[in-house]
Amino acid sequence: MILNMGPQHPSTHGVLRLVLEIDGETVVGMKPEIGYLHTGIEKTCEAKFYQQVVPLTDRIDYLCPMTNNLAYCLAVEKLLGLEIPARAQWMRVLMNELTRINSHLVWLGTHAMDLGAMTVFLYCFREREDVLRFFEMVSGQRMMTSYFRIGGLALDPPLGFFEKVKKFADRFPGNVDEYENLLTGNPIFTMRTKGVAHLSAEDAIAMGACGPTLRGSGVDIDLRRDAPYTGYENFRFKVPVRTEGDVFARYLCRVAELRESIGIVQQALAGMPEGPIKADSPKVVLPDREKMKTQMEALIYHFKIITEGFTVPAGEVYQAVESPRGEMGYYIVSDGTAKPYRVHMRGPSFANLQALAKMCEGQLIADVVAAIGSIDVVLGDIDR
Amino acid sequence: MALAPAITDIEQLKSHPALGRLVDWNSAAVQEVKFDRDELTIWVPKEAIREVCAILRDLTECPFNFLADLTCVDWYPSEPRFEVVYHLLSISKKERVRLKARLDGSSAAIESVTSVWPAANHYEREVFDLFGVRFTGHPNLKRIMMPDDWEGHPLRKDYPVEGYR
Repeated sequence: MILNMGPQHPSTHGVLRLVLEIDGETVVGMKPEIGYLHTGIEKTCEAKFYQQVVPLTDRIDYLCPMTNNLAYCLAVEKLLGLEIPARAQWMRVLMNELTRINSHLVWLGTHAMDLGAMTVFLYCFREREDVLRFFEMVSGQRMMTSYFRIGGLALDPPLGFFEKVKKFADRFPGNVDEYENLLTGNPIFTMRTKGVAHLSAEDAIAMGACGPTLRGSGVDIDLRRDAPYTGYENFRFKVPVRTEGDVFARYLCRVAELRESIGIVQQALAGMPEGPIKADSPKVVLPDREKMKTQMEALIYHFKIITEGFTVPAGEVYQAVESPRGEMGYYIVSDGTAKPYRVHMRGPSFANLQALAKMCEGQLIADVVAAIGSIDVVLGDIDR
Repeated sequence: MALAPAITDIEQLKSHPALGRLVDWNSAAVQEVKFDRDELTIWVPKEAIREVCAILRDLTECPFNFLADLTCVDWYPSEPRFEVVYHLLSISKKERVRLKARLDGSSAAIESVTSVWPAANHYEREVFDLFGVRFTGHPNLKRIMMPDDWEGHPLRKDYPVEGYR
């Protein structure tokens, strides 16, 4: 029998449609149908100046806007050969890890709710609210932050920001304990997740799975450690890897990542350097408001960047960062003009979705819900 | 930080595991190389793409076993018009390499690499959908993002940004 699941199914976390071929309660085959959220962002990018693309990148993976900003900015900076000041790099790490916490909290809450644990959702969203307030403090936006710009940051963080983050970081490990008290030993949760939707390491690599989905299958890879970017080499953290390859293993990986992320936040707060937050490159980076109103050159540069953009030397780069879902890669081709010739986003959810079909073969229909939750799909990231 | 000039000499770059093995296998399989901004690009003939991918996947000392990305660039109106781009990653050695194959606009078709990496399935469908490049031997070459009855391929450069109205 063919069963249609979605695109309006609550457990598909967006508009994912799955065509399930079932034999009784058992799933024999699965075909994901995607494209409901396709907005042609890649095409839109080709018609915009480099700096105008930054706000588009927020909207791809709306649960980790900063990670997308970061990947795009790093790619353009690599094309330009720009060097980013230390404070901007550390702020990027700090915000990036808060983004990971934000994303994992949404995942944990909804994943647990899919499996019937309602309370965790409320707890997770309580902490997520704190993280969104931090985003609002630095960028004025809760979700579509666009806080990272080509060449640095939009603004210096406001007074009192670091103290508030510090308070949160001190409290948060206790919150993770709360979630774990509710789930890790919970017999209903473990029965729904242990041994369910198994994915072997070979299959995970062949299907292109990435991030916690890959690490849950025993493949030890994390781009923050293996190909450090934006100063991650200065931070000490562990990469949680589980070998079981089931939904529970992916859950444990992500929960452990929450703890590692808060560790990185603590290190970033402790060692936050002073100094400028923008690269010294007046043709690329917008001048400070103050300078613009007092210096002729700054005003000219501002006018030129806004009206004509800035040219980027011809070439191509592929910049991958570790997003909460896995390898988020930006492939940018420049033809030497002020607009990117081609921007391609390699979305981690797009890759993980292919592994989903493999996981679900031979599983019960009810377990498909657990499997979807465990790969943490974001449909904006898939359809772009 | 000034950009270092790109290196395009095969002899200088031969120490890279992927390039060394490919040149040993068949020197005609490497049309052109470029090492720019710390990234290695190898242009291979479109007929050889599947074999090249299989060889790189099965390298002993540095297997490029992970297909990180597959996409396409349209160089309209110049010919060869399309460049299909493969980003490979070695999970054990954390090395990356980029493969490119050039295709003519009139016969935009290339062999599918789904037999090497099942992961290529959705990527190739996406390139087919948005660029109109055909992948021979693909198990299910259908549109993936756009509706099945959509006309044209939106990411082609001769397709207007606003769409046809």
